[in-house]
This record gives sequence, C-alpha cells and structure tokens, in this order.
Amino acid sequence: MTRLLMTLAVAALIALPAYAGEFYINLASQILIAAVVAMSLNLLVGYGGLTSLGHAAFVGFSAYVYAWLTTKLGIGNGVASVSALAATTALACAFGLVALRATGLSFLMITLAFSQILWGLAYRWVSVTNGDNGLSGITRLAPFGTSLDSAAGFYWATLGVSFIAFLAIAAFANSPFGATLRGVRDEPRRMAALGHNVHLIRWITFVYSGFWAAVAGLLYVNYNKYIHPSALSIANSAEALLGVIAGGSGTLGGPIAGAALITILKNYASAYIERWNMLLGFVFLAIVLIVPEGIVPGLQRLVARRGDRKK
Amino acid sequence: MTVPALDIQNLVKRFGGLPATRHVSMRVEAGERRLILGPNGAGKTTLFNQITGDLSPTSGSIRLFGREVTRLPPSRRAHLGIARTYQIVTLFQQDTLEHNVMLALLGLSRRRYDMFRPLASVPQMREKARRALGQVGLDQLGQRKVSDLSYGEKRRLEIALALAQEPKLLLLDEPMAGLSTEERTTVRNLIASIPRSTTLVMIEHDMDSALSLVDKVTLLHYGQVLVEGDREAVVAAPQTREVYLGL
Repeated sequence: MTRLLMTLAVAALIALPAYAGEFYINLASQILIAAVVAMSLNLLVGYGGLTSLGHAAFVGFSAYVYAWLTTKLGIGNGVASVSALAATTALACAFGLVALRATGLSFLMITLAFSQILWGLAYRWVSVTNGDNGLSGITRLAPFGTSLDSAAGFYWATLGVSFIAFLAIAAFANSPFGATLRGVRDEPRRMAALGHNVHLIRWITFVYSGFWAAVAGLLYVNYNKYIHPSALSIANSAEALLGVIAGGSGTLGGPIAGAALITILKNYASAYIERWNMLLGFVFLAIVLIVPEGIVPGLQRLVARRGDRKK
Repeated sequence: MTVPALDIQNLVKRFGGLPATRHVSMRVEAGERRLILGPNGAGKTTLFNQITGDLSPTSGSIRLFGREVTRLPPSRRAHLGIARTYQIVTLFQQDTLEHNVMLALLGLSRRRYDMFRPLASVPQMREKARRALGQVGLDQLGQRKVSDLSYGEKRRLEIALALAQEPKLLLLDEPMAGLSTEERTTVRNLIASIPRSTTLVMIEHDMDSALSLVDKVTLLHYGQVLVEGDREAVVAAPQTREVYLGL
C-alpha cells in the first residue's frame, strides 16, 4: 500500500511538467531546493541535536563560489560546480572544528556568527562579489550538453538531484553511523563511555550536512542565475530551521513538508500581503499548538489515534 | 609479578578548593572483585569518573593493565577494555532494548563508521544483542522501548550494555540502588555469574548483598582510603564500624 502510494507520488512528480504551467513548475523547483537545504540541516538539528542558525552560509557560499568562478574568472560551469562543492565542504570542515567546541545555545550562536561574517563579506568584498549589486549573468549547467534553460528541464534535473540527496541522507540516517549520531544526541556521556568518539561523530555529520547544503546552493544559483548577499542572511538560515522544525525534525519526510509549506506560503502570501512573515508566524504558532512534534510525525500520530478509536 | 588490572597512584582531584579525592592509591589485580565502600560524599563516584576519564584528575596517575591512561578520553579507555554502569540510569530511553545493546556493541566495532549500509544489515549484531539481553534475563523484551521498562529492568539493562562489550575491567556504580529485595537477588546472582576474566570494581551501599560478591574491600572517607584489605578484615576494622556502620 505504502509502496504503491510512493510510486504514484514519484510518477506524479516526474510527470508534473505535463499537467502544470511554468509558474508551478518553477515553484516545484524552488520547493525541491528548499527541501535539500532543510534535509541537510535536519542532519544536524534532528539527528544530531545541534541547532544551527547559520546553515545559509553553506548554501550561499557554494552559490557564490560557482558564480564568481564562472562570471569573474570565466571557468567552465562543470569545473566551477565541482570546485564550489569542494570549497564549501572544506569550509564546513574548518567551521565544524570551531563551532563544535560548543553545543546547545553556544553552538547556535557560533553558527550564527559564522554566517554573519560571510554575509558581511559578501556585502563588503565588492571586487569579488559586486557587493549589494550581486553577481548576475550566471549561466546554468548543461550536463552532457543538455540545456537546462527551460523550466521543465531544470525541474527534472533538480528532481533527480533532490532524489539522490534524499536517498543519501536517508541511508546515512539509517546506517550504524546514523544510530551512533542519535545516541550522541540523547546521551553523549554514555556514548563516550561505550567507546564512541562523540566529537568526531558530530564533526563528520557537520561536514556531510555542509556538503548537501553546498549541493542545494548550486541548485539555487543555477535556478536564479543571480546571487545576492541576502542568500547568506540570517532570514534564510531561520527559514530553513523553521522548515525543519515545522515539518518534524529527526524524520526523513518532515523537512520536505516543512520546506514545501514555507516556500508555498512565501510565494502565495507575498503576492497578497507584504508582511508574509507575520502569516508564517501564525502558521508556525498553529503547528506548535496542534502538532508540536512537527507536521509529519504529528499527522502520523493523529491518524494512528483515529485508527485506534475506530477499533 | 603480574600486571594489575588497575593501578592508581597518588590520585588527587579538587573541585575549586574542595578536595574530592585525596592522594588515593589502590591496586586491583586482574580477575579480582573489589568493593568500594564509603558514606555519601566520600568520593566514590568521583573516583570512578576519573578511572573512566569522565573527570580529569588534578594530579596522580591511573594505569590500566600497565598502560598509562590518566589523560586519555573516555572513548579511548573503552577500547582498552573498560566498561561502566551509572548510578543514575543513563540509557537511550526512546529506543528499544535491542538498539541500546547494539549501540554498546557498535562502540567497539569498526562498523560504527559505516554510513551507507542499514544498521539492520550488519551481520551478527542482532544475535549478539539478544545474547547480551539473555545474560540479564531481558531477551523477551528486546523490541520494547526502554521507557516502558520497570526501574529494576532498567538497572539490568545498564549491566547488559556493559557486559555486551566483554570488558576486561567492569565498574559498577551502585548496581542495586533502589531495587526491591527480590530484584536485588536477581542482580546479585547476575553479578556473581560474571566470569573471572572480567575484573570487577563495584560501589555499593547495600553491604549485605555486596560483601559476599567480592574478595577485597576499600573504604573511602572524605576522599581518602581509610581501610583496605580482605573483606572480613575491613568489616572488622574499628574505622569501618565508626564511619560506615555508625557504631
């Protein structure tokens, strides 16, 4: 039953350009990109118990590296993509060493500080980033000579990448390493006494999470063909975190649902009211009151309860 | 002369100005069973925490099977054969019993860094976990969540996690605390069944249950070793009567 539903859902996603207009295809691409950001952040927040408020740093950094290499240095899109992934992963290696000296609120503050430094650099280092004007004239990747300039073409490519990201993150979460990560979240002292290197486990997760955020950053810059310092802003980090928590942190489906909710709200509500953040606030409030554990686990609980009552 | 399982030399631990461990030296031979006695605040758990590496001593040295471990982190010491249980139950409450034991098994397994294969597919992990649960009589509850267990069962699971690692040195911190008389007997028999290849150091308040399990006793008082020796000798010693039995 679940397998049938899954197959139908995947088929519906693949066939989306056949029945949806360009606006909806692009909306779907945006949701997928936000979902990859949220899924990668969920590794830290949900599975690792490490709440980061600086995840946009990796998304934005990867996007900037790609944009800078292709527009300012004239390097090919393929090489630029690999370089962006490598540079961002290296950045996560270094950030992780410092940020993971703390946990809890201090960890949150350090990640926030890091992302703010990058955000400031993006504004001020005009010779590299064009400052507030942002970098434009970016072209999309053309894998194996296939142009991704059409909405449908880009959507399919993004769907493929998101699917791989989902599988890779799901495998990670269900692996022995994923089990030790959750163990470290719940009882770090016990895990250390059992022979687990708590610090190393957190650091590897931080780097892995940074890598997938970099992948999302590449999708982001390819979609927009433009990058502005706001990509690195605290608002973007907070949106990603909100998506994870609203959808259900520590679950595989939660971040996807949360990312979809926020992207849709942003796109629709901002057309009618200027302060869409306020609406987001109300929606978030409703989630916390009705399904405090997040949309996906919350709905599962409510459905299970209804099933019990029927018996 | 054989290498002792645990060799502590002149260990000192101060919290600010407060000394919690004062020049403690003790030697536990391989295969020995040792009881550490002492009133509340005598520094028993603080001593344990220094042996496992949770706390770093102010000065002094700790050797484990002849190896200097004084500054090694807890995870490295676990790989040298130390396992412990906690006075306050420290388990993975939202996971099944089997999963709890698997985390213990993974701790010493190279598979713990395997990131792309499902945990369920790791060979023999589940069988080993079941065997460890069987050792403490919890094999029927393998799929239950820890949070559903009774307190006594949690205590036994604590011990199962340690035993699953087949440690060379096992530290039990009040394994019978808060148990009913019946449960005490169960845990007592369980500890008695631990093979002699595992050196055992135990903190326990309940002397009636604990004394018969051990060879030697160390009495701590205000962070110092007051008396040490064979159990009969320590029980008979006037200092023991004074500080511990309150006679």
